[in-house]
Amino acid sequence: MRKFALYGVLIILVIISVGPFLWLLSTSLKGANEPAFQYPPVLIPHQWTLHNFVEVWQKVPMAAYFTNSIIVTVLSVIFNLVFSVLAAYPLARFEFKGKNAIFMMILATMMIPFQVIMIPLYLIVLKLNLVDTHNAVSAYLGVIIPFVVGGFGIFLVRQDMVHVPKQLEESAIMDGCNSFQLLMQVILPLIKPTLATLAVFTFMANWGEFLWPSITLTKPEMYTLPLGLVYLQGAFSANWKLIAAGTILATVPVVVFFLLLQRYFVSGTLSGAVKG
Amino acid sequence: MERKLAPWLYLALPLLLLVAFFLLPMGMAFVLSLKDYSHALYAPPFAGLLNYRVLFSSAHFWQVLLNTALFTVLVVPAMIILPIPVAVLVNQPFKGMPIFRILIYLPVVVSLVVAGIAWKWLYQSNGGMNWLVSPNTALLAVAIMVVWKGLGYYMMIYLANLQSASNELYEAAEIDGAGLLQKHWYVTMPHLRPAMALVAIISTIGALKVFTEIYVMTRGGPVGSTETLVYYIYDQAFGNLNLGLACAAGFILMLVIFGLSLLNIKYFYLKAEKEALNA
Repeated sequence: MRKFALYGVLIILVIISVGPFLWLLSTSLKGANEPAFQYPPVLIPHQWTLHNFVEVWQKVPMAAYFTNSIIVTVLSVIFNLVFSVLAAYPLARFEFKGKNAIFMMILATMMIPFQVIMIPLYLIVLKLNLVDTHNAVSAYLGVIIPFVVGGFGIFLVRQDMVHVPKQLEESAIMDGCNSFQLLMQVILPLIKPTLATLAVFTFMANWGEFLWPSITLTKPEMYTLPLGLVYLQGAFSANWKLIAAGTILATVPVVVFFLLLQRYFVSGTLSGAVKG
Repeated sequence: MERKLAPWLYLALPLLLLVAFFLLPMGMAFVLSLKDYSHALYAPPFAGLLNYRVLFSSAHFWQVLLNTALFTVLVVPAMIILPIPVAVLVNQPFKGMPIFRILIYLPVVVSLVVAGIAWKWLYQSNGGMNWLVSPNTALLAVAIMVVWKGLGYYMMIYLANLQSASNELYEAAEIDGAGLLQKHWYVTMPHLRPAMALVAIISTIGALKVFTEIYVMTRGGPVGSTETLVYYIYDQAFGNLNLGLACAAGFILMLVIFGLSLLNIKYFYLKAEKEALNA
């Protein structure tokens, strides 16, 4: 009996969390003769159609949005991993003057809200010509540059590197490893799960980022998916079937990714908890 | 020799980027906040604290601060409390529980724009009862969406903490004759107190910085009822091109968040740091 009640509550919770997406999905599948909304609401479409997906793909440059989002996200993930490892390594495994001061400075950068520095950042990016009026490469660089390195990633990687036993390091040095070989061959293989966590965290943050690209990108063909969806929503505000189809298309890759890599998604968001 | 130079070789590039794209703009933001952009976009004159005076004597800005405070009050208590019973529930050793957890977590992984569009459509489907179009309910409507999106996230934080609670305490409570609710009140709640503090801090920081949800769902409207601080900063900077005023508002946001971030780093980061070193 108690078990029944608990399953009931769980099912209600699932309906609440998944419901808005199902409603969107249902809307995107409705045919031309069926209004997007009628009273009472119809959840299961009378005539199923994929027409809205085809139409949205033709009416707005969805393919370009996908390409831009993938490029921007992949670059951010790679840069973030490389720079976090580079900065974390000396902070975790070396003794040198000023180490604590630098570590504190890196922690302090995490307290700066992006919303405060975005205006000067835009002036800097303009000066460096990293906007889309120049060319595609500079547009991509402009979008990712505030996110290629961050205190959070450095902190996360450093915390794991500190754990690597000293003996492993000593025996590697005995074998003639220099510090770079030590990093690549001994330390990185041991902290793979943390790197995966950081990768997924960076992926999520950048795939969904709206604020910054909305400032630097002006050309519709350079838009990332979040910008494209907002544009779609503005341009076809009367056609919710089209908006729903575009939104569902943009969401599918993330959901698939999430289902495949659940463990890292959860650890990625949880480690971000302390980030705020 | 290598050991002396090497740390700086590794640090050079990341540090350069942090300085160029965090610390430098931080300093620039302060300088910009002292300039008067209201008449000149190019070569604006130095104006001291003018922008701050303008902000605090503007009824519009006070409304924005009030909206932001109201939004925070709507969101934060819900974020602290609602995920606790959910976490306790999904911590039960039931068949299929991982699937339930994952589905409840799903809103966390989709982007804010997608979630905003889904909820806008949901509210719009409510026909004459669309909460987004009334100035009395729009802020609440956005807050509900934000709580919905954050629920799974905070559930996981609590769940991680619940899983570290010792069974002995629960068993002792049972021997003392505690019922289900009493057990959770006397054992679970005290155990979760540090997690609740963490959730309070990060959800407050998040609420104060709300932007994309507002942009997608209401654009600050109707009649400014959902115009929050970051939306105002964005609008002043990239709508009105008053960079000075926008940066001054940004600095006010920063001062509010600064105290919270300091607590966050002191209690959670540096504690994690200590634990890492002792492990």
